[in-house]
Amino acid sequence: MASAAQTLGRYRTAAAVVVGLAVIPLVPGLNSSYVLHMLILMLMWSVIGMAWNLLGGYCGQVSFGHAAFFGLGAYTGGILYYHLGWSAWWGLPVGMVVVALGALGVGYICLRLRGPYFALGTLAMGEVLRVTAENLEWLTEGTRGIMLETRTWVAKEPFYYVILAIAVASFVVLEVMVRSKWGYYFVAIREDQDAAESLGIDTTLYKNIALVVSAVLTGVAGAFYTCYMGYIDPEIVFALHDVSIVAIMVVMVGGVATRWGPLVGAVIMILLSEVVRTLPYIGRAHQTLFGILLIVIIIFLPNGVVGDFRKMMRFFLGRSKPAGAGGV
Amino acid sequence: MALLELEGVTKQFGGLTAVSNVSFAVAEGQIVGLIGPNGAGKTTLFNMINGFLKPTAGQIRFRGERIDGLKPHKVCRMGLARTFQVVKPLQRMTVLDNVLASSFLRFPARADAERNAWEVLEFTGLTPVANTVSKGLPLGLRKRLEIARALATRPALILLDEACAGLNPTELDESIRIIRKIRETGTTVLIIEHHMKVIMSISDHIVVLNYGEKIAEGSPEEVARNPAVIQAYLGGEAAHA
Amino acid sequence: MVQLEVFLQTLVSGLLLGGLYALIGLGMTLIMGVMKIINLAHGELMMVAMYIAFWLFHLLGMDPYVTLLVTVPALFVLGVFIQKTLISPVLKVDSILPENQVILTVGIGMVLQNLATLFFTSDYRSTPVDYASDAWYLSDWWRSSPIELSFSVPWVVSFGFAVAITAALWWFLQRTDAGKAIRATAQDKDAAILMGVNVERMTVVTFGLGAALVGAAGSLFIPMYYLYPALGGRFTLIAFVITILGGLGSTQGAIIGGLILGVFESMTATYVGMGWAPVGRFLVFVACLIFLPGGVAGLMRRR
Ligand SMILES: Nc1ncnc2c1ncn2[C@@H]1O[C@H](COP(=O)(O)OP(=O)(O)O)[C@@H](O)[C@H]1O
Ligand SMILES: [Mg+2]
Repeated sequence: MASAAQTLGRYRTAAAVVVGLAVIPLVPGLNSSYVLHMLILMLMWSVIGMAWNLLGGYCGQVSFGHAAFFGLGAYTGGILYYHLGWSAWWGLPVGMVVVALGALGVGYICLRLRGPYFALGTLAMGEVLRVTAENLEWLTEGTRGIMLETRTWVAKEPFYYVILAIAVASFVVLEVMVRSKWGYYFVAIREDQDAAESLGIDTTLYKNIALVVSAVLTGVAGAFYTCYMGYIDPEIVFALHDVSIVAIMVVMVGGVATRWGPLVGAVIMILLSEVVRTLPYIGRAHQTLFGILLIVIIIFLPNGVVGDFRKMMRFFLGRSKPAGAGGV
Repeated sequence: MALLELEGVTKQFGGLTAVSNVSFAVAEGQIVGLIGPNGAGKTTLFNMINGFLKPTAGQIRFRGERIDGLKPHKVCRMGLARTFQVVKPLQRMTVLDNVLASSFLRFPARADAERNAWEVLEFTGLTPVANTVSKGLPLGLRKRLEIARALATRPALILLDEACAGLNPTELDESIRIIRKIRETGTTVLIIEHHMKVIMSISDHIVVLNYGEKIAEGSPEEVARNPAVIQAYLGGEAAHA
Repeated sequence: MVQLEVFLQTLVSGLLLGGLYALIGLGMTLIMGVMKIINLAHGELMMVAMYIAFWLFHLLGMDPYVTLLVTVPALFVLGVFIQKTLISPVLKVDSILPENQVILTVGIGMVLQNLATLFFTSDYRSTPVDYASDAWYLSDWWRSSPIELSFSVPWVVSFGFAVAITAALWWFLQRTDAGKAIRATAQDKDAAILMGVNVERMTVVTFGLGAALVGAAGSLFIPMYYLYPALGGRFTLIAFVITILGGLGSTQGAIIGGLILGVFESMTATYVGMGWAPVGRFLVFVACLIFLPGGVAGLMRRR
């Protein structure tokens, strides 16, 4: 249990991170549009990572289909814009509702499955939505995609602050949930679903809660993506590898069921893909390195950079220090 | 009215009848022993009472209400908790967090839940290991944790599935003491146990299953004298006792 | 009459496709049954086999069906290698999410696919065998047939090979000691250990065998399909749909599941539209999860 001092320390770190991030656009040298673009992507992926972490890391339901929610959010904005002429920003609030409904549907089908079968079920859902979006041309414009004529702002700063606000809100929501009774219920379900059920935990209900919250946050990130990038197509926003699997990687690299894992993972993944992209020959196949990274992480750092930080330091510094066991 | 009543409860797995037309009742405040050789259907019976399995036929009533076919979490909420023969600790959580997770059922506020959890830990003698991650506990303490978790839901009836199996003599005495204490605090106990000395000494009433059927029922003395039981289960050991 | 003809033609194509699907599903289901893991690199393994066959054809002029002699052993070795160096260590790692192994196979699939892109570019490649568009016709055998059906030569030959390989696998599993040991491991690992089966060895062999089967499918597909690195992902999905449809770990189920899926896809393509075939595939999958949790095998047992 956290002592008062620890609690204070916890939020002091969080506050410092937020303030630090908030002033970056004001720092000369750091406020180039390239740096801001990177930061925007990092924040967006950390939102998706946090969302995935709630369902996968805490509740133990590993989803291979978060692209379904990302894409639904993205397309809600895109369709409202394209067919009704609304601002694509409406995709954020409307998308939350659409994605929540979609998540309940996915939950109805997939949450009866356990372990790897849940993973495969969600993977199928993501693919169904992708193919549907490719074929429902009257609604989605199919593979041509939807393009916004103009973007709300030319400068990156406003987008940056929007996604920063979304990320902070997500962080707070998850922090509150995970520290409450719900957090205990989620972890109990992850550790042993039968035990949890027999201890009076309505596992179906709580799995659905985790799924819906996780999906809605991912959908918000998707809706933001539409507004920010100005172009979406099914291959991009419903992508299995570039969305669903990257969401998993962000969390696995950063640290499953850790508070800062998703952010750390997102930073590493974005930096890595930037580096890889600029390599002359490898760039075309950036996922080779992603795949290798994934394999290495799973074998050597199963708890990610944050979860296995001590182990990693030991490896690099050759020093041995006792590692603490992480609970909730 | 008895606290728990089973009436003609039957469970079939494909062609196998694991539990066949079993009826008995558990009166409030008792410790009832459920015995029978391995594979007799005892755990299956628990699984039906607590809601993991739906009986193929028959009725189960708790405080007069039908509970067969209800989901386990609902059954637990009504005041019927259980432990598992094969222990299922929440591995990566500490002992305290294990008990805390089940305390929320009756005490939604965090502070109350924590108070309840500490009380239960004290009651079951787990306070010294409260902050140990449960994966690292020896079997004896994991069995005890099963009991603690179930108690934290403040049940009216607790089902103990071989809670004493595999314990050393010291742990066994401690567990018997705890089970007696559970009854003293007003919780009724239905216990599966292989250890004859234990079951004979703590039970008020014993039900005997063999091949899924109830072959005898009564006080420990009656059961020990019952020829069907002696033949099917107790063998020479009880005949000499 | 025309409608009947279209229907029967669709059915024939579906069954021919299904026979090959069955081969893919068999490999996956074997691995699932014995190792209790899901191999999401399955299609990528097939893609590797297809590149081997492709190059053997183009560089050495080897007929695709002859390449079976290379792809099958090569994929067996690759499977054994992957199992020994990657999967087996991960099964021993303690982690919060037991799904680690599935994610690991995803990583393996990504590496295979992208290495193929690096080495061979993402171009579409074809293997123009001279019998590519030959066909046998129903009217060749039955002069006065009221309807006409065509049987594409490469499809029929590939189907024949698939049936033969399936029969050989069947014989192996039922009649040989190694096959019996594999089945015992799949049924009950602990009991198999007590019976003296070297379970560790059997898992390695099984992964190799599963890879070899899908490798064979690669050689059999190469005369008909364009080859490109991302093709693997599609077949991984197909493999697991078949496995779920057939019933996890059931060999008969995988065969029936493969045939059903082949026919279903072919019907969707004819009657709904080409682009929707993948949706049909997933609808089968979802319907299966909801209405038929044990797959076809569960249905057969219930009878
Ligand atoms: N889920 C199940 N499916 C099929 N058979 C089962 C299942 N659960 C238990 N059985 C069978 O039912 C019988 C009774 O088992 P069980 O209730 O565990 O016995 P006990 O607890 O008395 O040792 C055994 O033959 C067992 O194999
Ligand atoms: Mg038992």
